[in-house]
Order: sequence, then structure tokens, then C-alpha cells
Amino acid sequence: MKLYLKFDTNIALKKIIQEQLDQLQVKYAYLGFAEIEIDDSVSGLEMGKIDACLNNYGIQIVENQKSVLVQRIKDAIIEMVNSEEKLPTSNSAYLSDKLKQRYGYLSSVFTEITYTSIENFILLQKAERAKQLISTNELTFTEIAYILNYSSVAHFSNQFKGITGITPSAFQRIILKRRENSNKIK
Amino acid sequence: MHKRPIHILLADDDEDDRLFFKEAFDEIKIKTNVIMVNDGVELMNHLTREDNQLPHILFLDLNMPRKTGIDCLLEIKRMSHLKDVAVVIYSTSSSEKDIEETFVQGANVYIKKPSDFNTLKKILEQVITINWQYQTSGLNRDNYLLSL
Repeated sequence: MKLYLKFDTNIALKKIIQEQLDQLQVKYAYLGFAEIEIDDSVSGLEMGKIDACLNNYGIQIVENQKSVLVQRIKDAIIEMVNSEEKLPTSNSAYLSDKLKQRYGYLSSVFTEITYTSIENFILLQKAERAKQLISTNELTFTEIAYILNYSSVAHFSNQFKGITGITPSAFQRIILKRRENSNKIK
Repeated sequence: MHKRPIHILLADDDEDDRLFFKEAFDEIKIKTNVIMVNDGVELMNHLTREDNQLPHILFLDLNMPRKTGIDCLLEIKRMSHLKDVAVVIYSTSSSEKDIEETFVQGANVYIKKPSDFNTLKKILEQVITINWQYQTSGLNRDNYLLSL
């Protein structure tokens, strides 16, 4: 006897998710077609179990894989910006070599997940490194510009101002005054 | 990306500015939940009521009746449960002195109120994305200073 089935993938998906996550005792909310939200307290190990259970049904966690890639991109950038060596001349070549993926792909996933571009993220990280170096008060702006691979102090100052809206010297002044204030309170 | 909305709180006594602000957030693609209060006293009441959800980002007008933005900022920075709330000064003043003073007192971002809607939208979007980096990328919050 042949039976012909008519089915609603959304109901089927919802039911599978419900059974599997209830079984794993994971709290979740079904947000609509193919989208669920789980508690942030779920550990990496539990995530692995959820992934494995859903894989049995041919269901993959997409967002999470992309998030993992974004995290790896960020880690690579942070490592690059904070390294003692001079920064590489081409960010895109460095990243695609490091993560073994086409730069175009990395860049589009990054923007999709973070709402910002890789280039922006790198500039932000460079500004952060600069802030950290400025606040230790041990290096001159010339030295900082050299470490961060800027061609001149002017270029460094301009880009710093472009990202943070304040000049490196104003930043230094503010941080010093904040420290004075907090020392007074203590 | 977390799909939960980013909680925004705005304290501003000017009704037009509040409306403008709300509309800008409605048009931004990032999901936000905007709550507005009319002055500094209302703001501090809101922030100290235990059942209220703390905002991720607080936008603070400097010139408000009853309690000014600076007074609020000073109080907020003394309260330990509010130390992780990003404070954005949202003001008509663009004097370098005002800007530096609010940073020294602990503000994270200073926005000069723009006159056109699209600039406002762009600026608010920028604040949200940068703030998100500070929430998720382990950046040092002590160095979180931005002037737009």
C-alpha cells in the first residue's frame, strides 16, 4: 500500500525541537520559523549535545556556526593588533590566510553578525590598543604611531580622532584627570 | 548576534527631541527597546526602582530642569549597580570644555544633537554598534570614550 504524505515543515520542525530540547532540559523559546532562542547560560558542552541531537534530523545550527567564525575572526584581529611585531601591510591577506577562507566570505559573515565591517573592527581595535598605550603613559605618541604602523604622528592622530572623536592628547588628559579624581575619593 | 533587544533609556525634557529620538530608533535595523523619561529626577527614580530593567545604554541630556544631566551622571557613577551602564551625553552644547568635563566625570560617549534626522539615525546606529563591541569583545571599559 502506498501512502502519500502531506506535511507542514514548520510544525514538524517545531515538534522535533520541542522533543529534543525538552529531553535535554534546555529552556528555549520558539521565535518563529527556523529560529529559536536559548538561555545564555547553556554551556559549550550542552551546545554540542543540542547540535548533535538536531543533526540526527538533518537540522544544523546556522547562526551559531557563523558566530563561531566571527569569534575566530575577532580573535585573529586582536592577536594581530596586539602583537609585538609591526602590523601586516594587508589585513585581508593576513585574515584569509590565517582562517583559510576567502576574504569576501569572511567579510560578509562578519558584517551580517556584528553589523559592522572587518575594516571598522580593525580600526576600533587599533584605537583601543592606542588608548591602552597612551594610558600607560610610558610611550610618546611618535613611538605609539610607529608600533601601530602609521606613517606619521599626524596620520595616527587623525585616525584616532576619526574613530574616537577626541585627539590622543585630550584622551590622555581625560584619563589622567579621572585617575586624580578617583585617588581623591580614596 | 543576540536577537534580544538592546535596552535604551533617554532622559530629555524636550518633547520634540524625545519624539525625534524615538523615531530614529524605530527606523534603525537593530532591535531596540526605548524608554523615555522627562527629567533628571524621573531618571534617578527609574534607575533606582528595583523592578525596572537596567538599560544597556543611557542617553542623558545635559540641560534639564529639577536635576541636570551632570548631577545625574555624578550620582550614577557613585552607584555600583549602574557602573556597567554606558552613559551617552546627548546635548546641544559642543563646547570642548563641556565635553571633556563629562568624560572626566565618567561619561562614555558625547553626542552633539544633530539638526537633521538622517544624521541622528547614523549617529545612534554608530553608538549601538560600538557599544555592542564593548559588551562582547572584551574591550577595556575604562577607555570607552567616544565623541560624535
